[in-house]
Amino acid sequence: MLILELNGISVAFGGLQALDGVSFAVSPGTVQAVIGPNGAGKTTLFNLITGFLAPQSGKVVFQGDEIQGRPPHQVARLGIARTFQLVQLFDHMTLLENVMVGRHRLSKAGLLAGALRLPWTKHEEQSIRERALEELAFVGLSDRADQPAAALPLGLKRLLEIARALAAEPQLLLLDEPASGLDAVETERLQEMILALRERGLTILLVEHDMGLTMEVADRIAVLNYGQLIATGTPREVQRNPEVIAAYLGTDWQT
Amino acid sequence: MNSRKLLNPWTLFGAAVLLAAGVLDNDYYLTLINFIGIHTLLVVGLNLLMGYGGQISLGHAAFFGLGSYTSAILTATYGINPWLALIAGLVVCGVTAFLIGVPALKLRGYYLAMATLGFGIIIYIVFTEAQTWTGGPSGLAGIPNLSVFGFKLDTPKRLYLLIWPVLGVILAISANLVDSRTGRALRALHEGENAAQSLGVDTSRLKLLIFIWSALYASLAGSFYAHTLNFIAPASFGFMFSIKLVTMVVLGGMASIWGSLLGAAVLTVLPEMLTVFHDYEVIIFGAILMVVMIFLPRGLVRGIMDLWAFRRYKKEGKIIA
Repeated sequence: MLILELNGISVAFGGLQALDGVSFAVSPGTVQAVIGPNGAGKTTLFNLITGFLAPQSGKVVFQGDEIQGRPPHQVARLGIARTFQLVQLFDHMTLLENVMVGRHRLSKAGLLAGALRLPWTKHEEQSIRERALEELAFVGLSDRADQPAAALPLGLKRLLEIARALAAEPQLLLLDEPASGLDAVETERLQEMILALRERGLTILLVEHDMGLTMEVADRIAVLNYGQLIATGTPREVQRNPEVIAAYLGTDWQT
Repeated sequence: MNSRKLLNPWTLFGAAVLLAAGVLDNDYYLTLINFIGIHTLLVVGLNLLMGYGGQISLGHAAFFGLGSYTSAILTATYGINPWLALIAGLVVCGVTAFLIGVPALKLRGYYLAMATLGFGIIIYIVFTEAQTWTGGPSGLAGIPNLSVFGFKLDTPKRLYLLIWPVLGVILAISANLVDSRTGRALRALHEGENAAQSLGVDTSRLKLLIFIWSALYASLAGSFYAHTLNFIAPASFGFMFSIKLVTMVVLGGMASIWGSLLGAAVLTVLPEMLTVFHDYEVIIFGAILMVVMIFLPRGLVRGIMDLWAFRRYKKEGKIIA
């Protein structure tokens, strides 16, 4: 069974056709990359899957449910988490609190229960905190747990954003250019992390311009150009596709 | 219990409240302190909405007035038990906040400010014009005192012993809330609405919830106010008072529970101490708002803590950015 299926997705902003009849599918437990030049519609695609945009036509099917047009928080509750191309952290909250917000969909203390600090909410808080600390440890930020998120350099902010998304225990994780702004060492670490997450059984959809990273981690790659899907396949297949080379990769990637 | 546990703000607060109850016997000061308490209730509620949730309300005085008038009319005109009237006030404010909040909270920034401003003005006009119920501009007199187990709260001291313990509970509840799942979602909503949504936070619902919640604080404050003064008039619930509340939040510090107490205290006491305030109130409040926003954007409490930390870092020779 497929975890995510896009079926003839079209989105237009005024006269601009941002996505034009895009269809592809993602198998569970794989890393699917989406590449293409700037303005090809990659981020639009992410916003569409996560409910920030609704398609003019087409279907988004997640684990058998049609989810297109549902609001973002409902999509998130189904088990889809994401990071943002421009990192969106809660700057004045600590690293730990940022990741704790990630547990929102899996916990249930409401306003009154929290305000009155009912006994059962203490257990819940405890487990939220523990899970959040685990995810912080996974991305290597445990020692900064009590610092405000704003104090981090960009590379670490991206890692924190991933930790926050992971705290939601998603089935599908969308990473929007996670390597941009990272140095070589950090990119290396990110690569290991993505592979480790796939080992855990997580399905990852990745938008990335760093081709070294993409070719290393992706099981399959979809290539967008001007809102149209021009190729899908394994990294090797995509690298050899003349249309992809012409539109995006250039000759450097010819093997 | 070790000294660190004893020296937390809550025990200090409790000790100060008890101490003041024992020491103070001057009705004027006690009344002033009671007003600080009532204002703090309002400011904490507004701070949860504005400071923590990032949703501005320029019409908060309207909820204060609705709670106040519900208590006043039901007790003075219809002779209903003040506690039942207080609960009725909470219901009125809660329902009103819901009805106003559903459309208004779809707006952001300046637009939300304008919508709440308009709401405040409309409610003010209702207080002035619905003379058969409210007594119009000349106000409503003969509001009875609250009593607890047949014990009449008819002196400032007795009211003090109601208002401040209740305030203590409300402050504790608010601090709990801020540090809970919903509180984190609220702060997350303020700092990044999209990111909060992407983690499953239903931000529209949360905005509405906190709007209603803060209206309930205002209603409670309004009921206390009516039973403290035994007389109310529309002038106390106008636009200027909404602005004062916002100034108190900003002065004390956005997203600060203790800052709310400080902001309310300073801006309740100052006008009493300095009679010039009466003539230039609008100008002075505006000036305070501007100066704080420019020089202490995080308010008095955090601003002072920042300065202190800065001095300490400097002493230790650490560089801070």
